[in-house]
Amino acid sequence: MSTVLINADEIYKLLEDVKDPEIDTVSILDLGMVEDVTVTGPDVTVQMLPTFLGCPALSIIQKNVERALKQHPIVRNVSVEFLRAPSWTSDRITEKGKAGLKAFGISPPPKQMKKDGSWHIDCPYCESTFVTMENIFGPTACRSILYCKACKNPFEAMKPMIKMI
Amino acid sequence: MENESLKNLAIKELLLQLADDDFIHAYRGSEWLGLAPHIEEDVASSSIAQDTMGHAVIYYKLLEEIGEGTADWLAHDRQAHERRNAIILEAANGPGHYMKDPDYDWAFAVVRNYFYTQAKAIRIQSLQSSSYAPLAEVAQKVQMELYYHLMHWKVWFVQLLGSGHKEAVSRMKTAIEKTLPDFAGIFSLGQFGEEMVEQGLIEGEAAIQKKWIDAVTPIFESVGVATTFEIGMEKGDGRNGVHTEDLKTALDTLSEVYASDKAASW
Ligand SMILES: [Zn+2]
Repeated sequence: MSTVLINADEIYKLLEDVKDPEIDTVSILDLGMVEDVTVTGPDVTVQMLPTFLGCPALSIIQKNVERALKQHPIVRNVSVEFLRAPSWTSDRITEKGKAGLKAFGISPPPKQMKKDGSWHIDCPYCESTFVTMENIFGPTACRSILYCKACKNPFEAMKPMIKMI
Repeated sequence: MENESLKNLAIKELLLQLADDDFIHAYRGSEWLGLAPHIEEDVASSSIAQDTMGHAVIYYKLLEEIGEGTADWLAHDRQAHERRNAIILEAANGPGHYMKDPDYDWAFAVVRNYFYTQAKAIRIQSLQSSSYAPLAEVAQKVQMELYYHLMHWKVWFVQLLGSGHKEAVSRMKTAIEKTLPDFAGIFSLGQFGEEMVEQGLIEGEAAIQKKWIDAVTPIFESVGVATTFEIGMEKGDGRNGVHTEDLKTALDTLSEVYASDKAASW
């Protein structure tokens, strides 16, 4: 019998270097996309949650995960699985992830929608709440387009994804 | 044994209906790229089309998992008569061609998109309690994305139909009259519908249609427009492989690249 060769923590450390292909200030870990990591001898399985089902970046992310983990001297096979459940929700983004989004000029999703379905977003540049929604849909599936009336900058925000009843 | 195979057939048919509906709907949506009324709408409707294509893909993948062929093959390589989408979803966006003199009808797009998205929302709600676990899981994710689609099309529908603008209202009414006579095709579960309901895969046609009417009626009332909801299937039932020339043309166009080299990896 072989001894344990790879510690899962080492894998998580490597995953921190896998960034969102379009937002290089946020890792897939901080986006909350990694559900589980399983190490079996030299083989690693990473179970992930897609942010949006039609997101074209998923296959790029998959390749980047494989490439990152194969840098580990002992890792032999890497398998990346996208799970159907649980559903990814925007509250899975960590505090570090939110800071990374902001650094990129993207407002993090609000924690919770109000009961009437409305949500409130601050400008990532000047923190003003004096903003208008220009388009719920943005350049990618997960983002919306807004405008700050205080500093007169257009900006993007992560679209809230939460479970509806 | 026989029951088991009948159940599998019902699962397969339901997945095909869901996948083919979203597939052709996403394709028709994507044809608006660059042609939508304004730039923000161009961004929004293509984002919705992309989400919707993602939904089709996930259903095709469920079919792939039960051995019905690869997702690519299912999407690109089946003839029109093998498709299960509702006929109203395949109808062209309007006269002309995407590349040449497109004279697309935005009123028809708004009506069809709103009606279909509302029906899809009700269907997805039902699928969340499907006895087929993979489908119930997928439905929850789809619902989250659909929330925004429905909000979007409802706003357009109310804005145009309730605008008081003579041309807008008249074009919307024409589009509604064009859509309803074939809209029952959306609710049809096809020849294995009874089995689907018996197995607890999804609620029955009548139940879903009733919920749809209940959801749409207050929207009509809010803009002071009366309708009798004369819903039919004049051109036939797409669930049973009956389709129009519009589907064939669409399939020829959308599989052109795939057909040029079926073994290529993209
Ligand atoms: Zn600002």
